[in-house]
Amino acid sequence: MAKMTLEDLRKLREKKQNEIQKRDIEGKDARIIVGMGTCGIAAGAKPVLDTFLQILDEKKIDNVSVTQTGCMGLCYVEPTIEVIVPGMPDVIYGKVDVETAKRIVEQHIIGKQLVTDHMFDRPAADIIKKDGGK
Amino acid sequence: MAFRNYILVCGGTACESSRADQIYKNLIEECKAQGVAEEVQVVKTGCFGFCEQGPIVKILPEDSFYVKVKPEDAKELVSEHIIKGREVTRLLYDKESSRKNAKVEDIKFYQKQFRIVLRNCGFIDPENIDEYIAREGYQALEKALFEMTSEDIIEELKTAGLRGRGGAGFPTWMKWNFSRQAEGAIKYVVCNADEGDPGAYMDRSTLEGDPHSVLEAMTICGKAIGASQGFIYIRAEYPLAIHRLEVAMKQAREYGLLGENILGSGFNFDIEIRLGAGAFVCGEETALLQSIEGKRGMPQPRPPFPAVKGLWGKPTVINNVETWANIPVIITKGGNWFSKIGTADSKGTKVFALTGKIRNSGLVEVPMGTTLREIVFDIGGGIANDKKFKAVQTGGPSGGVITEENLDTPIDFGSLVRIGSMMGSGGMIVMDEDDCIVDVAKFYLNFTVDESCGKCAPCRIGGRSLCNILEKITAGNGTLQDLDTLETIGEAMKKGSLCALGQTAPNPVLSTVKHFKEEYMAHIVDKTCPSGTCKKLVSYSINAEKCIGCTACARKCPVAAISGEKKQVHIIDQATCIKCGVCMETCKFGAVEIH
Repeated sequence: MAKMTLEDLRKLREKKQNEIQKRDIEGKDARIIVGMGTCGIAAGAKPVLDTFLQILDEKKIDNVSVTQTGCMGLCYVEPTIEVIVPGMPDVIYGKVDVETAKRIVEQHIIGKQLVTDHMFDRPAADIIKKDGGK
Repeated sequence: MAFRNYILVCGGTACESSRADQIYKNLIEECKAQGVAEEVQVVKTGCFGFCEQGPIVKILPEDSFYVKVKPEDAKELVSEHIIKGREVTRLLYDKESSRKNAKVEDIKFYQKQFRIVLRNCGFIDPENIDEYIAREGYQALEKALFEMTSEDIIEELKTAGLRGRGGAGFPTWMKWNFSRQAEGAIKYVVCNADEGDPGAYMDRSTLEGDPHSVLEAMTICGKAIGASQGFIYIRAEYPLAIHRLEVAMKQAREYGLLGENILGSGFNFDIEIRLGAGAFVCGEETALLQSIEGKRGMPQPRPPFPAVKGLWGKPTVINNVETWANIPVIITKGGNWFSKIGTADSKGTKVFALTGKIRNSGLVEVPMGTTLREIVFDIGGGIANDKKFKAVQTGGPSGGVITEENLDTPIDFGSLVRIGSMMGSGGMIVMDEDDCIVDVAKFYLNFTVDESCGKCAPCRIGGRSLCNILEKITAGNGTLQDLDTLETIGEAMKKGSLCALGQTAPNPVLSTVKHFKEEYMAHIVDKTCPSGTCKKLVSYSINAEKCIGCTACARKCPVAAISGEKKQVHIIDQATCIKCGVCMETCKFGAVEIH
């Protein structure tokens, strides 16, 4: 993309904000977000990420995007991932290894059931989403 | 088939111990009995952190937060909430208020963690600038470039009351204002990412998770003080953070958010990365600037302060990563919004890296004024393996220990100093009863002795002397005189050292001597180490009455110090024993004893 003007930036933000909001709407693609800070990587997040990509490919599931993010703060249960599936609560899973990753795809993405023994809670509310925490 | 409701039952240790498991089982039974098992999924989750009100049950999608639930409540929860769609108000956290106020986000406890610095960490893809932009990213820069003057920006920071997060807590607006007012066409903006306290990784995680927040803030500062060049000084041991910064800078340049004529405003600003070789002293701002200039990293006398005469003698604003990450939010949401968070003395939040003998180690961001007890026991889940809390060390090698009696102190810059520690950059190491306090002090001192640049005698010689005395005490050769000497040397280092490294190096010793005098006395007078850590002060022996002669210990002993026939009492040869403790771990009968 070429250098932006103020107008360009505002348009881009609006477009992307809409995209992020659409994530919540029924029928929109699901997301798997893998915590890839140093802590996550050290605990094995990379093979987990690879596993997700591989299984989704094998099973020809094409409505799920796999992205990376930084440290979620739950360093005691790394690797951590977040799964966002329409019509289901956003879930943070901890202690995810390759086997668990397979289970998450089978059970959560395909079976629409939570993988109960790996669930953890988000550590804080979001100041940006929630009207600035005002 | 998708479920219409999810019942989340806390499966943390605290809730389990108040029968959460029975609640979980009962809920499953009730769902079956009332014919909704197909529509409702009952889930056992990780700790909600709200242990004081446990056991916790949360029902989605209504997000109803039930507290102090008993196993016999399961029936009512299913029949009322699930079947009839009515919340069981008597179990809601906030019984007085209407339905909407009982939601998770409204519960005060969840503001125990409040994320400003870490707002995007673990949420966006740090290597995708679009995601940052979608989360109000570069909105502060827009405002700063097109709607605000330099004075406005600094005024906003003043209203916010932001103080530097690197440790000293100097008001950020003042630094910026000094640089703005300083004469000269060339000025610099520097980000201190030379995080080096043992156990601290707040800055690394921020850069890895949200690099654009720092770039945006530095650019805003450039506008405020009239600088067009920034430097990020980061240690080479942080390869991932460096990579993410490089990607972020490249994307920002492509979008015209860094470089010449940013967003068509006519303002130019760019940033370069400088890698540090991992010397702890380079986290000290004047040493850091020397290092950027290519010189040996040694602290310089202040004044002149960098804000007036810094990098290559030019006015330089130098702030820590966490300070920078706060700034875009302050500009976007306003200083007033920010100043409502925290205490009178310290505004906003602080990120801590909670480590040590804690159950939930991790990155924790809390409003200033949160107590240590809340951080350690509510957020951190208490001490691992059900051991007893001993102390928490804040401020890394510059700080001190905080004991049980001060756990309820609301944390801010001032209060931590008053109880003999300091905020520091945010390392928080929790110790339990198995940690020897003298050994801990020795650990920190060894660290600062290694990292002293050697420029001034109080730090170079004083630190070594303190270390030698602690070595002597842990070897069982200490005298009562040594305790006084520790304090004398420590005080001299505080007064005589040039930079904070030497000034604060004795803090771990002085604070442990103050709070744990009896433990020092045990080492000196009784020649014992109460926690069994100091090898030279302990000996292992086998209790003849308990030993059954199974030979397990003898087989595990790495130096063959244990002798004895099968079914005969075994004996440890004290001269050969290296005090590794393997025999004690191995013995199933508690026959190996430590003295």
